[in-house]
Amino acid sequence: MSALESDPDGLRDDSQEGVFSVVRQPVRHDSAVKHVTGQAIYIDDMREPEGTLHVAPGFCRQIARGRFTAVDLDPVRAFPGVVTVLTAADVPGVNDCSPSIGGDPIFSEGVVEFWGQVVFAVVATTRDAARRAATLARFEVVTETPAITVADARAADIHVLPEYRFGRGDVEAVLADSPKRLDGRMVIGGQEHFYLEGQIAFALPGEDGDMHVHSSTQHPTEVQHLVAKALAVPDAAVTAEVRRMGGGFGGKESQASQWAVIAALAAAKTRRPCKLRLDRDDDMVMTGKRHDDVAEFAVGYDADGRVTATRMDFYARCGYSADLSLGVNDRTMFHADNAYFYPAVRILSQRLKTNTVSNTAFRGFGGPQGVLAAERMMDAIAVETGLDPLEVRKRNIYGPDRDVTPYGMKVEDNVLPEIIAELERTSDYAARRAEVKAFNSRNRILKKGLAFTPLKFGISFTLVHLNQAGALVHVYTDGSVHLNHGGTEMGQGLNTKVAQVVAEEFGLTLDRVKITATTTGKVPNTAPTAASSGTDINGMAAQIACRQIKARLVAFVANEFGTPEDQIAFRDGQVIIGNGSVPFTEVVKKAFIARIQLSSAGYYKTPKITWNRDRAEGRPFLYFAYGAACSEVTIDTMTGEMKVDRVDILHDVGKSLNPAIDIGQIEGGFVQGMGWVTTEELWWDDKGRLRTHAPSTYKIPCASDVPDAFNVALYDSPGNREITIFRSKAVGEPPLMLAASVFSAVFDAVASLKPGVIPPLDAPATPEAIMRAVTAMRRAEV
Amino acid sequence: MRDSVRFIRQGRVVELKSFGPTETLLDHLRLTERACGTKEGCNEGDCGACTVAVGTHEDGKVVYRPVNACILFVGQLDGKEIVTVEDIAGSGGLHPVQQAMVDHHGSQCGFCTPGIVMSLFALYQDAGRATPPPRAVIDEWLSGNLCRCTGYRPIVEAARTALSAPPDDMFTRSAEATGGVLQFLADAEDVFVGTDQRFFAAPRSVEALAALYERHPDATLVAGATDVGLWITKQFRPVEKVIHLGRVDGLDRIEDVGPAVIIGATATYEAATDALAGIDPDIGAVVRRIGSRQVRASGTIGGNIANGSPIGDTPPMLIALGATLELVSAKANRAVPLEDFFIAYGRQDRQPGEFVAGVLVPKLKAGQVFRAYKISKRFDQDISAVMGAFLFTLADGVITEARIAFGGLAGTPKRAAAVEARLIGVAPGSAAAWSPAMEAFAEDFQPLTDMRASAHYRLETARALLGKALLETAGAPTTRTRVIGQREARQEGAHVGA
Ligand SMILES: Cc1cc2nc3c(=O)[nH]c(=O)nc-3n(C[C@H](O)[C@H](O)[C@H](O)COP(=O)(O)OP(=O)(O)OC[C@H]3O[C@@H](n4cnc5c(N)ncnc54)[C@H](O)[C@@H]3O)c2cc1C
Ligand code: FES
Ligand code: FES
Repeated sequence: MSALESDPDGLRDDSQEGVFSVVRQPVRHDSAVKHVTGQAIYIDDMREPEGTLHVAPGFCRQIARGRFTAVDLDPVRAFPGVVTVLTAADVPGVNDCSPSIGGDPIFSEGVVEFWGQVVFAVVATTRDAARRAATLARFEVVTETPAITVADARAADIHVLPEYRFGRGDVEAVLADSPKRLDGRMVIGGQEHFYLEGQIAFALPGEDGDMHVHSSTQHPTEVQHLVAKALAVPDAAVTAEVRRMGGGFGGKESQASQWAVIAALAAAKTRRPCKLRLDRDDDMVMTGKRHDDVAEFAVGYDADGRVTATRMDFYARCGYSADLSLGVNDRTMFHADNAYFYPAVRILSQRLKTNTVSNTAFRGFGGPQGVLAAERMMDAIAVETGLDPLEVRKRNIYGPDRDVTPYGMKVEDNVLPEIIAELERTSDYAARRAEVKAFNSRNRILKKGLAFTPLKFGISFTLVHLNQAGALVHVYTDGSVHLNHGGTEMGQGLNTKVAQVVAEEFGLTLDRVKITATTTGKVPNTAPTAASSGTDINGMAAQIACRQIKARLVAFVANEFGTPEDQIAFRDGQVIIGNGSVPFTEVVKKAFIARIQLSSAGYYKTPKITWNRDRAEGRPFLYFAYGAACSEVTIDTMTGEMKVDRVDILHDVGKSLNPAIDIGQIEGGFVQGMGWVTTEELWWDDKGRLRTHAPSTYKIPCASDVPDAFNVALYDSPGNREITIFRSKAVGEPPLMLAASVFSAVFDAVASLKPGVIPPLDAPATPEAIMRAVTAMRRAEV
Repeated sequence: MRDSVRFIRQGRVVELKSFGPTETLLDHLRLTERACGTKEGCNEGDCGACTVAVGTHEDGKVVYRPVNACILFVGQLDGKEIVTVEDIAGSGGLHPVQQAMVDHHGSQCGFCTPGIVMSLFALYQDAGRATPPPRAVIDEWLSGNLCRCTGYRPIVEAARTALSAPPDDMFTRSAEATGGVLQFLADAEDVFVGTDQRFFAAPRSVEALAALYERHPDATLVAGATDVGLWITKQFRPVEKVIHLGRVDGLDRIEDVGPAVIIGATATYEAATDALAGIDPDIGAVVRRIGSRQVRASGTIGGNIANGSPIGDTPPMLIALGATLELVSAKANRAVPLEDFFIAYGRQDRQPGEFVAGVLVPKLKAGQVFRAYKISKRFDQDISAVMGAFLFTLADGVITEARIAFGGLAGTPKRAAAVEARLIGVAPGSAAAWSPAMEAFAEDFQPLTDMRASAHYRLETARALLGKALLETAGAPTTRTRVIGQREARQEGAHVGA
């Protein structure tokens, strides 16, 4: 397909080749110096206007499921410093902050659906007073038996959303005919985001019922809409703003809203600025996490280890409400193939309702669960066939004539064969496989495992309408540029990348481009910054805005200097006009005098995507991102302790917009994924209380968990096959799933105990989970 | 008697006369000073976003340590220098640590960054460090700083770059002057700020402490506040009277008395590490995994014992070694075997007005073998699911005495009496002879299931640790029995920790 054919918006792709001075450079994060000096301003660091009040949410500390028949808030109100207490009765508009189909009350009106559900909020003169007072409410309750686990919910057959399935072929028939077949089941744990900056919002009331909300959110537009809905004011009366977040990872996509709404309700009621910052423990109890799943599969395969058919069922713990569970679980299904071709396939997903916090977006958005199940299938086939696990994987990856996904999209841009070949060489896989075998034959207590896992990840929101973005670019008469777009900065370097695009377009240095806070007042109706799409869509929108301004300037200069338009370019702070040049600043001044508009709003919508969910057909993704990882671990078969010894990664980011930032995303995503499959365990007690609600009990990786031999490289790509911003590829989420290699390496180490037996290893592979698998191996009959 | 606390802030002495007895340093910085560079990520000492460096004057030098401002009470800073992320860039530009963090792309969201910078700043100031220190040392100094974005690799690279030369910055250059002021601040006065109903006190001598505690037996003793801090920030416990032990002269002594080592109650983990590691390297290895650099700079051995926690890491080791606790009050001094101090969950043998003065830890005798293992989900800064310590006395190849203690298996740190009895006469290398001891575990312990581990895992792991200790005693090299903390590596001189 030619570039023009794939260019329905008429966006000419002249960006693939050429000399670039700002894009494709390892430019540092725009806030780096502010980060290291403590000068970067997060919401809690903003100077508080005189009279600012502080808000803390309160909940019923007795039950995970049931009703409260009476609430006594008098002790709360009587606490020194308390100004007022908000309940459902204080919501002038709609008492709901759901991002989707409803069911997320801002304040519960009598029904308790999980331990930690907010019932009221205390507004006080200090945060300390608000927090203390919030613990003093007294409830009379009627307790019901909560459904906590996937098994509970399956037994009770309760769902937040209908089941969904897609696939092709007569799976049962092929399974029955397959030379070999195996069945598997694994538990895949959830994950707490543990953004370092907890949830926070700061609402400032204005005149006429206006509300300005600073919110640490990935989705300012949704915050704006939900605040307006709760306050019963038009969307236009509410502005949501975010300069930066101290991490998001999906946890602030839908679940930042409730805190912004409560802060706004408090500000509307008291007519004073109101700030709500969740304490870490409240944050972990009250906000959703990555869905945990039970995955069950049956797979048929031939003697060469090639899959003939598979049936994969995912049972997801969604928590008490739908939230984003539709999209998340769809994406589990979209990635249940990971990188492998399943000739006959049926994938099913059940979205179970439990009396736990409502699970939500988390980097990968369901994809990681699908990938982990696919990798388990490959590992299990390797055990059964005795083939090297990498060999099984290579035989099953997409290839010519084996290139249609279970949802019917053709894989057109597969670069996995090259990536696998290169990483196999650079990681020295074959030699290390032999060393691992030798080590294991020499050692009785310690066992090593080695695993190599590929990755394919679909890029685009699967909810088609979200694939749109806007940007606003002003050029001032001194030649400085003001940049605004609909994406939000959470550390991923989005603002830096988009500023690089703008600087490149105008031929300016980065310091001429002013990055400004995301606000619904400048760029409206935006998608969340999610699905790895931030740079893809906002970078494009900004480029379009720049090109609109440039087109006006070019026309003006061509006319002024009598130079043909195609001989005018923007470079090195100059406007190149034929053989001569004029400083950009001067051109801009002249243009202003000539009454040329120097501001523009850019708008972009992703082409080609046509997914129709009802019919389960069409194309959900513009393209795929690819990568592969090779990990080596050592386990102690007496205690289950585990150490990651070495990791090698090769990842595809197309033509990188910023190699430093992209490598940062790969490393950070990988380590986050590594935590998910190893030390990060969520644990609820039988009453439905989350007991791992603080960093003291919930363990994300720390520095010593990351091996010194951690080699990350970017695949030398000819550029994204699709027209994306400077032919780059999205990088936010995909690398997280490279951590499947760590989990598979642990599996490999356990599997070495008894060749031919499939270790029943569940995720996360905590010492205890490893010991369970080791013990089962020792008891297993070959 | 002084009715204020004083510390150095940005080159000047600050004197506070009115502050809450449990007001945290973090709140003081963020709410009072409005110095908001220092962040709050958890308010419980576990994430490191609030890390600041604290300077003290020791042996003629100014020493900087990272601490968690969120669980440190502002009164504890008396006589110290507080350095925050805003303070370290000189007029000439960024501090080397900051510059390296920028150059290596060590920040993404930036929220952990001030804390990381301050941990590395403190390490930077350490005159004895290598240039650059080995990875294990960098990891150790970063163990209390969680970063959710970067995966740490660029931070480690930044550390290597910044630490590739000896310390040389405005802090080293003004060390003499700073040291002079710190010496001046270390006066001989008892500190008492507040009223008899609500106060922060920091007595200067054991006598003054005993007298004050006798008058206020309801006061809360605070050593490092790595436990007490959380009572305030998370549990909202009412604490109106604080007696801080940090200024009591001599209470932090570490003394080698020949066959034993005396560790004063307020000796921090950090200060006690070498003395304890000198008894056996396994103790050093466990202590270096307690909390983080920040926690070890504040938390004390006395606090780890006095809190009575069933999951404290030092008590099982000290019990196995046969340590004796020194208890002091205005009325009397007494010594109790440490194992008898722990009566039941939440109950210790401590009288009103009595405090822990120190612990006497016998060294190993000829023919004794010691082993200790800390089992947790994460190696660094994680509370143990099981903590096991073993002391075997051997003669003619068989065990003649066994002292075994576990944490995490009962309501207190507890000896495995039945197991010990079944080991007498056992040759460590003959696995067949272990079974009576292995079976005896069920007599000694009925552990609970919680978020750290199931009862089953705890008991099975306790057995496994005994097996491991016996195998190692019989001569198995720990390179073949452990994934971390291998003794051979340590004996070869890979000295972890600065
Ligand atoms: C992030 C973090 C990680 C941790 N990790 C670990 C770990 O891995 N292993 C572990 O064992 N612990 C760990 N802890 C717990 C803590 O560090 C220890 O229990 C510590 O030793 C307590 O010492 P402290 O000086 O801070 O005590 P404080 O908090 O000051 O006091 C603790 C208790 O002891 C009393 N007390 C203190 N000194 C005396 C005395 N001399 N006489 C009588 N009573 C006294 C106090 O009144 C209080 O009741 C961790 C804590 C944190 C915050
Ligand atoms: S805020 Fe997390 S350690 Fe202090
Ligand atoms: S940079 Fe975001 S937590 Fe470290």
